[in-house]
Amino acid sequence: MLKIKNLHVNVEGHEILKGINLEIKPGEIHAIMGPNGSGKSTLASVVTGNEDYEVTEGEIIMENEEISELAPEERAHKGIFLSFQYPIEIPGVSVMNFVRTAINETRKARKQEKMSGKEMLKLMRENAALLGIDQKFLQRSLNEGFSGGEKKRNEIFQLAMMDPKLAILDETDSGLDIDALRVVADGVNKLRRDDNATLLITHYQRLLDYIVPDYVHVLMDGKIVKTGGKELALKLEDKGYDWLKEMQNA
Amino acid sequence: MDLKDKLISSYSSLENQGDKELLTIRNEALKIFETKGFPTKKEETWRYTSLRPVIKEDYNLFPKTEQNLSFEEIEKYLVDDLDAYRMIFVDGVFSEKLSQLTEDKFEVSALSAAFQNEKYEEIIKKHFNKIRPQDDSLSALNTAFSREGAFIYIKRGQALDKPVQLLYLSTANESAMMLQPRNLVVIGENAQAKIIERHQSLNENPVFTNSVTEIFADKYAVVDYYKIQKDKENSTLIDNTYVDQADNSNVSIQTFSLGGKLIRNHWKAAQNGERIDTTFKGVTLLNGKQQVDHVTLVHHAQPNNESHQDFKGMFDDKSKGVFDGYILVDKIAQKTNGYQKSDNILLSDRAIAHAKPQLEIYADDVLCSHGCTVGQVDKDALRYLRTRGIPQKEAYALMMYAFCSSVLTSVTIPELQKNADAWIAAKLGVDMGFHD
Repeated sequence: MLKIKNLHVNVEGHEILKGINLEIKPGEIHAIMGPNGSGKSTLASVVTGNEDYEVTEGEIIMENEEISELAPEERAHKGIFLSFQYPIEIPGVSVMNFVRTAINETRKARKQEKMSGKEMLKLMRENAALLGIDQKFLQRSLNEGFSGGEKKRNEIFQLAMMDPKLAILDETDSGLDIDALRVVADGVNKLRRDDNATLLITHYQRLLDYIVPDYVHVLMDGKIVKTGGKELALKLEDKGYDWLKEMQNA
Repeated sequence: MDLKDKLISSYSSLENQGDKELLTIRNEALKIFETKGFPTKKEETWRYTSLRPVIKEDYNLFPKTEQNLSFEEIEKYLVDDLDAYRMIFVDGVFSEKLSQLTEDKFEVSALSAAFQNEKYEEIIKKHFNKIRPQDDSLSALNTAFSREGAFIYIKRGQALDKPVQLLYLSTANESAMMLQPRNLVVIGENAQAKIIERHQSLNENPVFTNSVTEIFADKYAVVDYYKIQKDKENSTLIDNTYVDQADNSNVSIQTFSLGGKLIRNHWKAAQNGERIDTTFKGVTLLNGKQQVDHVTLVHHAQPNNESHQDFKGMFDDKSKGVFDGYILVDKIAQKTNGYQKSDNILLSDRAIAHAKPQLEIYADDVLCSHGCTVGQVDKDALRYLRTRGIPQKEAYALMMYAFCSSVLTSVTIPELQKNADAWIAAKLGVDMGFHD
């Protein structure tokens, strides 16, 4: 589904990613872990088209198409979704209106009919229930005055509504208490199918107790230094990142 | 001959029907205009606005009126799907054929007809030209020349069952045209009215409209007044609106300013009672070289009153916005709450927004605030919307809409609100709804 080949990325002249290789196949869950400043969020941003990041070398291929020149909305139309680490507050745009616009603009781009109001409402109701979201919540201005947990839950609600091929969850666990984390993880697990994939970006292992990855990659200083199964996450939790650093330097 | 001379020399050729008192009012008004002339940039409130390009045109002052417009031709200038009374004026003349008024139920008629009607003599004497600032030159000019407009008189305890739409059309077929409509709105004790006003040219020739509206709201009266300002590129509108409010009355005036060369809203409200609420609002969305001014004065002359001003402006290309808001609180006007806000977004490097809030407060127990902002669209928010699949143009539109939603959502006529959404979408070049 997604292939990243030798990806080098600059931000304001500094090289942040220094040759990333990654392949995610349908049905898989990948986790990227790493210390702060290792380039995890940069990877999420550059795959979803943040224009502040400059790809200097390498390729990002989504379903056999090179996408690194595409606008963020075009990538969304191809089925890439980013759950933001820091969702933006937009007063005056309700959650409902935002989601409806996002879905219908995506369908327009895919030359599909608009979703009927009835269908939209039904889907919203189902997904709100899935994530334990009150209907009233949908009338509120997007992220305005939301708690950290509400913001993250709202991101996963949007994920459920947009039903993307590839979901990238950037630090979705940060700011969530354990109950909220369980609800969010349950939601993500229920959305899992053979034809979609998930990329989790996280600093801590905790999230991976609830969403079990097929692969764990460790990103350090702009490179993937180790890849393993879910047991790698436990080892990192136990031993921290320093042993990997030492291995690198050795 | 310049426009001022042309106006003065043509004054004598005007028919002067009506009584001597009215003639005296007109003669005196002409004298004021003769002395003061058109305002120039030297005047403080005209610092950012020049009438020079407007008054250099050769306007036809007394257009021939051929009222052969059909309703189908003008229907698109009325609010869609709105069941309303309507008064239609074509080149300054009331069109009975195109209008639809209430049959005896409410006193809504052409002002010229009201002048001729004995039963309104007292009410007109009491109100006509009474709150216009006497030394103001443009409204004086209107007073001297205006012969027609709307007369809306809602008696005590009555609530107008439908909004009234006032539509002032100018054909300007052969040449530029100057129009000076005059409205008198008297809303009695505990009476209510909703009014929608629009000026529309049907031709590309320049049109200069210098309008005056006097609004009187008696005790407990409620008035919602909407001004649709989306005329053609060559049109200029000076809207002089004066409000006088008695105890417990509530008057709200709101603009939708989307088109025209120059629109200048020059509004004054005097609170001559207690527990009064005055609201001035506006949404301005401009491009090209358009300019819109909101020059407001709220005079808190008595204690325990409120005023709310909220203007949202969005300016693209070389367009310009001016907000000049003045809150005056007299010494006896304790417990005044006066709020004033002007928020602006510049969408181009060459667009300009001038904001000049002014407070003059003589009472010591008041709550007054003013805030003016000039900014740009939040790039992070745009990115967030685009990452969700909303294309750049649509994302901009959604942000613009969100920016002015506090003003739009307070519209009390749902059909008008729906129309306003569509106008904004059209102006932003998108095909989308903004509501749930």
